[in-house]
Amino acid sequence: MPSDRPDDRPALDRSSPARTVGRYVLLVVVALIVLAPVWAILMQSLKSGPDSVRHPRSLLPVDLTWDTLRHAWRAGDLGRLSWNSLVMSVLVTAGVLVTSLTAAYAFAFLHFPLRRGLFAVFLATMLVPAEVTILINKRTIESLGWKNSMVGLVVPLLATGMGTFLLRQVFLQLPQELREAASLDGLGHAKFLWEVAAPLSRPTLAALGLLTFLTTWNQYLWPQSVVDDTAHRTLQIGIAHLDNGRVDNINLVTAGTVIAALPIAVMLIAFQRHLVRGLTAGAVKG
Amino acid sequence: MRRRWRDVPAAAALLAPSAALLGVFVVYPLARAILLGTRKCNVSGRVCKTVGWHQYVTVWRSAPFQNALGNTLRFVAMTVPIGLVLGVGLAVLADKQLRGIGVFRTIFSSTIASSVAVASLIWLVLLNPQIGLLSHLLKDAFPVVKKPGLLNDGGTAMWGVAISSIWAGLGLTFVIVTAALQSVPRELYESAFVDGAGAWRRFTNVTLPMLSPTLLFVAVVMTARAFQTYGEIDLLTGGGPNSAGRPTETIAYLIYGKSSKIRNDIGIQSATAVLLFVLLLVVSFIQFRVLERRVHYAE
Repeated sequence: MPSDRPDDRPALDRSSPARTVGRYVLLVVVALIVLAPVWAILMQSLKSGPDSVRHPRSLLPVDLTWDTLRHAWRAGDLGRLSWNSLVMSVLVTAGVLVTSLTAAYAFAFLHFPLRRGLFAVFLATMLVPAEVTILINKRTIESLGWKNSMVGLVVPLLATGMGTFLLRQVFLQLPQELREAASLDGLGHAKFLWEVAAPLSRPTLAALGLLTFLTTWNQYLWPQSVVDDTAHRTLQIGIAHLDNGRVDNINLVTAGTVIAALPIAVMLIAFQRHLVRGLTAGAVKG
Repeated sequence: MRRRWRDVPAAAALLAPSAALLGVFVVYPLARAILLGTRKCNVSGRVCKTVGWHQYVTVWRSAPFQNALGNTLRFVAMTVPIGLVLGVGLAVLADKQLRGIGVFRTIFSSTIASSVAVASLIWLVLLNPQIGLLSHLLKDAFPVVKKPGLLNDGGTAMWGVAISSIWAGLGLTFVIVTAALQSVPRELYESAFVDGAGAWRRFTNVTLPMLSPTLLFVAVVMTARAFQTYGEIDLLTGGGPNSAGRPTETIAYLIYGKSSKIRNDIGIQSATAVLLFVLLLVVSFIQFRVLERRVHYAE
């Protein structure tokens, strides 16, 4: 999925037709293995209740139906849970983009005492595992009266060292003259950030935004820790409760799983390139 | 000197939101947890008293922590090497200019779309002893998948969790390694080819050395994640199966699990979380130190 390189490989890539066929066969087999779990779950969610009990392992539904998906949607109130997940993810993504932009700008373009020290603290926050912070943040949220609320879910996630770091890297690569020319033109910091620096870092913003959305949508421990009523539950927590512990309801769980994974799968296909940029940020040089 | 102070008001305004948020929700919790780790609470969790810094030693030596530590290390050893090898294998397999290769790359990276919860529930169904497809396919080779079920046997439950976790992580490893493969200069392969190196020699002598910084990075990230495994345990085993001690209770699950023994004691929980933090720091540091010597960084 990362960008297909133009075909610039001579000699050794012109392998024999037999080898090419062999590679295709291998690719197809491996692709089937990777996809098999998804296929099995998808088919299970398209079977009716009795069908899923009688033919739990058949890879094609005997009587194909939308009822299971519809039932799971209603029984689990998945409309509301999806909405909660969506609102949470959008707010966190927007917040992280804004706080990262402003902080990165200060670290890249402004001069102030303790700049290096403060930036080191920002970087160090990346090392602290969620297991440590959630324990205490849960109590902070409770004492603020934000338990079981969207505010409580969102606020602690609104700033990251990672976002600040990534955008600062981009800002540092912008030509210094740009800032100087802007200040000669009388452009203030806010205007320069909004009209010059941010637009120039659009690819990184897109990557950071997608990555933040993805990780927030998929959060598990944090929403489980600060929400215990069904009204504010997120999708990831809700789908596990769909079967009420009954094995003949297991196709409802598969339906919920499909519903929870679908938006991300669509997003993945639609924005592959940006997402890959985000995921590989820092991993690959050049 | 004037330049140094001129920007202060602007910097303060721009940094205030992030600094306040990171301060309140990362720095403060860390400091607070370190201090709370010296306290111990009664059964209800309401009355706590300070017992001192040696509680960290007490917790480290305690049976639940040692059990969780062992399980966590076992889980890391199960998932990281296999996940890495499979991810590299997929990336190398798909690193070829063929018609339709984009489709295969999308498929191989598709597990990125699955969250911890989605992946766990998928495998919970597939491994279900009564109706699971995988249980059915493997029942002759491994009778345990039917009776009592891979996740219901204390000896094999962790493998069930590992399978789910490896599968879910495959997409990310694939994407990162694929990107790294594409940045390997073609000329290196060509000169190796001209020198008469076969496919395997080209892989070991060109691909692996050029990939090594990326593989180091991926290994460190995968290890850190595996050390923090919680959701998979919560959904697949709950730390159990119940009959046989706590064979799948990881450190993170010991801290947060519904059925964890220390669940009501914020003091012990904090101490455990801080120990996990220190452990992560030490392990990442060692990985960078030990592995870096074997890593080839391109200029």
